[in-house]
Amino acid sequence: MNEKERQNFLKELLEKQRTGQLKPAERFKIPPQDMPEQDHTGRRSNVNEVALGYTETQARLEAMRCLQCKNAPCIKGCPVQIRIRDFIAAIADGDYKKSLAIIKENSLLPAVCGRVCPQEVQCQQACTVGLKFKDPTKAVSIGRLERFVADLDEGETGVPAVAPETGMKVAVIGSGPGGIIAAADTRKAGHDVTIFEAFHKSGGVMVYGIPEFRLPKAIVQKEIDTLIKMGVKIVCNFVVGRTRTIEQLMKEDGFDAVYIGVGAGLPSFMGIEGESLVGVYSANEYLTRANLMKAYDFGKGADTPIARSKKVAVIGGGNVAMDSARTAVRLGAEKVYLVYRRTEKEMPARIEEVQHAKEEGIEFRILQSPKRIIGDDNSYVAAIECLKYRLGEPDESGRRRPIPIEGSEFTIEVDTVIVAIGNIANPLIRQTTPELEFNKWGNIVVDENCKTSMEGVYAGGDIVLGAATVILAMGQGRIAAAAINEYLAKKKKDKDRKVS
Amino acid sequence: MSHRIVSRKQLSEEVFTAEIEAPLIAQARKPGQFVIIDINSKYSERIPLTIADANPEKGTIRLIWQRVGKTTAELSDLKVGEEIANVVGPLGRPTHIENFGSCVCVGGGIGNALLLPIAKALKKAGNKIITIIGARTKELLILKEEFTHISDELIVTTDDGSYGRKALVTEPLKEVCERSPKPDLIFAIGPAIMMKFCCEVTRQFNIPTQVSLNTIMVDGTGMCGGCRIEFDGKPKFVCVDGPEFDGHKVNFDLMIKRLNAYRNQEQKALEQYKKHKCKIGLDM
Repeated sequence: MNEKERQNFLKELLEKQRTGQLKPAERFKIPPQDMPEQDHTGRRSNVNEVALGYTETQARLEAMRCLQCKNAPCIKGCPVQIRIRDFIAAIADGDYKKSLAIIKENSLLPAVCGRVCPQEVQCQQACTVGLKFKDPTKAVSIGRLERFVADLDEGETGVPAVAPETGMKVAVIGSGPGGIIAAADTRKAGHDVTIFEAFHKSGGVMVYGIPEFRLPKAIVQKEIDTLIKMGVKIVCNFVVGRTRTIEQLMKEDGFDAVYIGVGAGLPSFMGIEGESLVGVYSANEYLTRANLMKAYDFGKGADTPIARSKKVAVIGGGNVAMDSARTAVRLGAEKVYLVYRRTEKEMPARIEEVQHAKEEGIEFRILQSPKRIIGDDNSYVAAIECLKYRLGEPDESGRRRPIPIEGSEFTIEVDTVIVAIGNIANPLIRQTTPELEFNKWGNIVVDENCKTSMEGVYAGGDIVLGAATVILAMGQGRIAAAAINEYLAKKKKDKDRKVS
Repeated sequence: MSHRIVSRKQLSEEVFTAEIEAPLIAQARKPGQFVIIDINSKYSERIPLTIADANPEKGTIRLIWQRVGKTTAELSDLKVGEEIANVVGPLGRPTHIENFGSCVCVGGGIGNALLLPIAKALKKAGNKIITIIGARTKELLILKEEFTHISDELIVTTDDGSYGRKALVTEPLKEVCERSPKPDLIFAIGPAIMMKFCCEVTRQFNIPTQVSLNTIMVDGTGMCGGCRIEFDGKPKFVCVDGPEFDGHKVNFDLMIKRLNAYRNQEQKALEQYKKHKCKIGLDM
């Protein structure tokens, strides 16, 4: 269907809907709308966003596919319970402002979440339309619709209202998705909020980790700008635990409450021979060099170097692995392998990322995993020696356990290896905050309100959950902010009572 | 917040020092720690630099660096009153200071800059300090005066004999280790190759040896792992596990290779910078 045909089709459907003749059977017949994308040969050599977003007609057609189920199973699949059914109905009606307002009741970063949420295992997994076709990719494209209305927002919805100043001070550690929400929600309650960020730019994983081609930096910057307009202060180059400790912030600097949203942050390695050879990167390092430090412009202004790789092996099957592999392509690698010890079905990456990676020529090597990394005489990576795997019984994660096949060794010649197998908890806060309780993996222990063992200190996101997602971090930021607001209201009351 | 350069001085042909406004870091820093700087937010590279000293009242820290690549060259060209956009720290775990007895402090090149505050703190804690500092040539020897004041014994070497004893630092180090009673603890801070050979000497005498490593880093807070070394066969992160390590367990050969990972690109960037500077008429 071309745009003209789509417009006519939409007109027909709207007319039927108006007269009450649009039955579910007819909604099922509306073809799922594909999102326009950059052509996959051209995009291999630029860092611009790949997915271009729906046109208005496409968005409304996609929204018409929604059956408006009474029990709305999609909402239960959403970590922050966005009223999905209603925001989609508003899109079908062409009322995008209303649609966005509905989303913003629960989510502050729709332009981000529409792009990076793993919808197919959350809202879209439960979608009746997808279930009917027995294919999650045929579910209503909730994420793309969320992105559509978020991108239309030119900020006219304005800066959220801020309650009168309470005189209470909140410190938010980390400016990632959880920190942004916690800062916004506590600021709305009238508290004096400061975000402390270790890097020289704010945005956390959305800025150093997720590449431009998947999440343009301008979108994140817009959210940060909104915070500043609300009166949130942002202090960069400030490492809590080193520059000042949490105790100093609370006892000497007058902060009444703290939200810790520092992320997980310490890259895991495989523990195999050769992992410290030259040319072995953690995905964190590779992506930070490429994104935050703009290593793709090395020699054209940027000072941060990155390996000029010809053959790259990325180890892992998550979104970060896809991001690394696709970044390597854009940095000019001739051959990029994605080595994963399970099968494509078990990959934690979003379906769209897997698809994009394949389109860009990345070779998937499934049921394989490196046994050691082989170096040349100068300790540069020369190859990886891999083992073949088969799948056994499901493990505690519910995924089938990969079992190495003995004697199946083979090598792949590469000059760069990027390890993207997850993160473990960063020890910095632990080293410098002895009063705080941690579990055996180094994650901060919190209750259902994200409250830690320290009075006035709350935590959320990866440092609590281990590896999580942007939306889960946001959800916890929101829960923690509500708890902080309640805690500070009580604290202020007690303080006022003492004064009078 | 920007960080203004309050004073600067060229210590030798390639070694510079500057006092920089960084009040919070000046207050928090302890011996053994470092900062990461980033001259401008747009395109600059992040590099770790040693904190040689700090003045908490004045709110300044003193950095010492050697001009080796583009970023250190650019830093060397900044004038008093100009600013560094980003300085983050203090990073790394501070040196563990206590009264160990007698300590040998071995410094080479700009390693002396990091060694000085450590030696000062050790002295203050009641240790006997034997200092051995060395340089390729007299011209490159830094902080000799400062070490004179805090050392119970000071040995100076130059590779070419232009000052002090004509030797590498490992030679007097071996002699000091042979004394009876032997020293209790060695601190060796300098170029990787120097630390490697110091550790080879002290291993023969079974004297614990602390080294401070200056690897390539990006964030400096544990996030990237670019700084990792092989320690006792396992990966360790210099930024959060270090920068100080038991030198007898560090794989220096691999560390040296990793330090050179970007040598060609760094060389190119430096040449480009020099060319650019000539064009805009700065003196070289």
